[in-house]
Amino acid sequence: MNVLEAPSSDLTHEQWELVVALVRSLNQAQLLWVSEYLAGRVQTPVSGTAPSRRLTILFGSETGNGAEIAASAADSARGIGLHPTVRDLADYKLRLLMEEEDLLFITSTHGEGDPPHTAEPFFEFLEGRKAPQLSGKRFAVVALGDSTYEKFCEAGRRLDRRLEELGASRLAARVDCDVDYEKNAAAAISQILAKLGPCSPGAGEPPLLPRLEAVVPSRTIFDKRHPFPAPVVDNVALTGRGSSKETRHIELSIAGSGMTFEPGDALGVAPANNPHLVESLLASAGFSPDAGVLIDGQPVRLHEALTSKLEIVRVTRRLLRFWADQSGISELGALCEEGQAELRAALLKENHVIDLLRRFPLRDLSAQSLVDNLRPLQPRLYSIASSAAFAPGEVHLTVAVVRYPLHGEPRHGVASAFLADAAPETSVPVFVQSNPHFRLPANDVPIVMIGAGTGIAPFRAFLQEREMRGASGKNWLFFGERHFRTDFLYQTEWQAHLHSGLLTRMNVAFSREGTTKTYAQHRLLEQARDLYAWLQDGCHIYVCGDAVGLTPGVHAALRCVLQQEGGLDLHAAEEHLTSLRSSRRYQIDAY
Amino acid sequence: MNLNRSIPDRSRDVSQPLEALGPDETLKADSNYLRGAISSGLLAEITAAVPGGGPKLMKFHGLYQQDNRDIRDERRRQKLEPAYAFMVRVRLPGGVCTPGQWLKLDELARTYGGVTLRLTTRQTFQLHGVLKQHLRPLIRGLREVLLDTKSACGDDARGVMCGVNSQLSALHGSVSAIARRASDHAIPKTGAYREIWYEEERQEVPRTEEPFYGGTYLPRKFKIGFAIPPSNDIDVYTQDLGLIAIASQGRLEGFNVVIGGSMGRTDRAPETYPRLADLIGFISADRVLPLIDAVMSVQRDYGDRVDRAHARFKYTIDEKGLDWIKAEIERRLGSFLDPPREFQFTSNSDAVGWATGEDGRFHYTLFVENGRIIDSGKRSLMEGLRMIARLHDGAFLLTPNQNLIIAGIAPHNRDVIEALLREHGLINSETASALRLNSMACVSLPTCGLAMAESERYLPTLLSKIEEILARHGLQTEPITLRMTGCPNGCSRPYNAEIGLTGRAPGKYNLYFGGGFHGQRLNKMYLENVGEASILTTLEDILGHFARTRLPGEHFGDFAIRAGYVPEVTEGRQFND
Repeated sequence: MNVLEAPSSDLTHEQWELVVALVRSLNQAQLLWVSEYLAGRVQTPVSGTAPSRRLTILFGSETGNGAEIAASAADSARGIGLHPTVRDLADYKLRLLMEEEDLLFITSTHGEGDPPHTAEPFFEFLEGRKAPQLSGKRFAVVALGDSTYEKFCEAGRRLDRRLEELGASRLAARVDCDVDYEKNAAAAISQILAKLGPCSPGAGEPPLLPRLEAVVPSRTIFDKRHPFPAPVVDNVALTGRGSSKETRHIELSIAGSGMTFEPGDALGVAPANNPHLVESLLASAGFSPDAGVLIDGQPVRLHEALTSKLEIVRVTRRLLRFWADQSGISELGALCEEGQAELRAALLKENHVIDLLRRFPLRDLSAQSLVDNLRPLQPRLYSIASSAAFAPGEVHLTVAVVRYPLHGEPRHGVASAFLADAAPETSVPVFVQSNPHFRLPANDVPIVMIGAGTGIAPFRAFLQEREMRGASGKNWLFFGERHFRTDFLYQTEWQAHLHSGLLTRMNVAFSREGTTKTYAQHRLLEQARDLYAWLQDGCHIYVCGDAVGLTPGVHAALRCVLQQEGGLDLHAAEEHLTSLRSSRRYQIDAY
Repeated sequence: MNLNRSIPDRSRDVSQPLEALGPDETLKADSNYLRGAISSGLLAEITAAVPGGGPKLMKFHGLYQQDNRDIRDERRRQKLEPAYAFMVRVRLPGGVCTPGQWLKLDELARTYGGVTLRLTTRQTFQLHGVLKQHLRPLIRGLREVLLDTKSACGDDARGVMCGVNSQLSALHGSVSAIARRASDHAIPKTGAYREIWYEEERQEVPRTEEPFYGGTYLPRKFKIGFAIPPSNDIDVYTQDLGLIAIASQGRLEGFNVVIGGSMGRTDRAPETYPRLADLIGFISADRVLPLIDAVMSVQRDYGDRVDRAHARFKYTIDEKGLDWIKAEIERRLGSFLDPPREFQFTSNSDAVGWATGEDGRFHYTLFVENGRIIDSGKRSLMEGLRMIARLHDGAFLLTPNQNLIIAGIAPHNRDVIEALLREHGLINSETASALRLNSMACVSLPTCGLAMAESERYLPTLLSKIEEILARHGLQTEPITLRMTGCPNGCSRPYNAEIGLTGRAPGKYNLYFGGGFHGQRLNKMYLENVGEASILTTLEDILGHFARTRLPGEHFGDFAIRAGYVPEVTEGRQFND
């Protein structure tokens, strides 16, 4: 960062040096926090009248979007003279809830309508019998979700429903935001905040000092909206000949970007759509690639819009409804109704945007109306598989490539195939997405890492980091995949780590090797005694992988270990796991 | 007995402390009679290999850890370990296999061995590509038909060979029975095999588990073979201990004894050389086992245990002198050997096709190119032999030339078996040149860890090109032995072939001429490190010359010497001159 070139005239040299040293030591998330903190410090003494009610912004976030919105909501609130407190549901002290006054919740939804993993204890508490009465409190919910999933924004809905049940009064109707949340979230939040303002908008005095964020030249910070073009250094298949999967190891250079990350963080990749698919879409619809369309009011070439601005594979419910309306095909219309989720899901699985165009051609489809009904192309997040200390200037990813045939032609996962096909020396737009809920403990603390498939990625980073730090804590790795011979991701690296002693133990499960399917969680049970001993020694447990296949199974296995070895009953074992979660000794990165 | 014998140099043999010897001696001594860490290595879940010293010890159990070298480099880049798997070599004395055993091997190969079997140059089966976790089930499967893999590799008495001159049914029966007894007698006696592979409890033994071998076994492998003249199919002169059956009116009387043969040499190490065995006398049939003990114990006690490249019996003989060794053998035997008897060899190759035995049963010798039993295209060798094994009531004999004799066919089965052979495309020898029928190649790439060039996968193609040369010179029916190996080690016995090819680098071979047609003479290098073009041009010239100027009945190897292409090699030590 070249943030630090010109000292502020108001600071002494010593003060400036402190600022420089501090800023250098911060990652993006920390920087954001500090900037908010300073802004808060600046505003407090200058605000005219103290607001009558306190505002707390609580967010649940898995990929960082929730945190981002919470931060910008706090900004807006301060802009109208409020003094919000921002808290992550992951480490929110439940007893504080009784003391709150106004609450703005922001939460994303994952999997089958679940809250972010880090927010699960809060949801359990709130939805459980021990939840306190919340009369007198006011709340609003901003729900984040992905409308291609059936249970869109379900976590937010649950929260909204439950808060009302507990007697709190609703400040504003819940706002559901799709993956292109940025447009409506900001507007909705200002409306909500307007109802809270203790004083009329603008009553707060302008801050005396510009906020730190404002002095940072924006072009040097690469983020979701300004990804860094990272050159591809290496791109190899990790899966051997004959594998049923294609999992790749991709090394990107971020040298000179100023981006920093920690083990556990994710890399956002802004993909481009497959060029063949773009051609097919244009051909099927009979559009010229040079046709002009408007996106957010900006003119764009259609080819460009379909390549890098819009999601053109999966059909959203909105697009389906549009298609049903335009075509007048009752079969499609019926599928848009509530209660048709299963049939709709089945149709959408078999029919991408290109298939709608081919199977149900619309006579009067205009390029603009197609574009209006597609959603923005979203970046995808990949857990970073390397440590910056070990491989400076690089980011390594472990990417499971999605390719499958549909209607006799190859189809691809947008980002995974984009990455898989990225040749060395080309570049990929990326940004760092902090994941503060997946962090190594102190160097002397033992860790148990459980990963399946590409869920192994952050553990490669963990071990590299621990090696560089000379961390004395023991490391135990569990890994699961399909076949030993072809799918043992990074096999020779683990062997070397075992040989050097960095990796204390490793257990593997290959589900398609024997007559019975064995997964990583089965290995946990087999190692119950030793695992329990590690837990007694204060180990931290990390789980990374599939939210359907891996994390529930691992959770159940850990509960079993506590019951079997610790003599706990089911309830006590579950409580113990919850307390491990809240003390950050049990961290999950699920996808 | 001669009591005034000189005291030999003992600075490199078993009399020295382990620290003074090669590292493999310590490995053996510390292995607790071949147990080592094999059992725990089989459980290591993060590797398909057996870690540490396991693989070396597993050779004593007939198992070679290998990897698919075709994809070794690719997997290294993929951060995957080499594609480890095991070669399993069966102990099959004399190459005699019952139909029941055949069917079991066929089943095991289909289950664990990539649906193929390899017949070896030492008359046994190899299964390749067997995964670590399949070793126990495979070895237990073998046990069901009374087979094992004991000492099929390792520093011990390897698989015992026996000529397959099946037309002399009674004599073959007696000699192959002795070969089997010799094998059972000479293999290690440790309980390690039963404990590791059958998972049986360890049994306490009185004194020692290895009364003959002791804890360090032999300095290197030791090969024993029985020949039945006039066929020298087993290449008796390439054995450490060769026994040539002497019969009178069809009854076995005893054996001429030859010692000190071995093909192996090390690339660019002129102090290593192939050597043919020397004839030292005659022993009666009932004294064969004491003779084996006497000969093997001399090698056990005097063989070089410092340098494994110099540890075979042939070097012990050349260092100590043949007379000294013979005297030491006789001293241990407690009697002198008789003078050798008359015998004659005519060939070391197989006569393919039908033959009738003296007992009226039939034999069909099936040409199996490079010993590879596999179904491919129109030629479904594996399936055809499975069908035959289901109805055959004789035996299968694996020949030392990697061919297969369906032996002792009952007269009523002959037509059925012939029909099955035709149906599966197996009667092919009519179309192959005599050179092809007399050719052999070792396995080499991709599984053999020693291979430097292709062998089994390449020889058939090369032979097709040589067959064009033969056709131009009218030599299609001229039997000429040609043997190829992928490295200088000599598994397919290239150094006494009339034309020998040993791999040096991918696509590059040393070319040898002048071996004896029935294996009685070593050949000599003619060209070093040459590619296919040079090999073919050279063969074109010399085979053309041979066709034009050969003497009546003259073999190609003899011609190569007479015409001055190579000098005659009369002793192993001259091989590198």
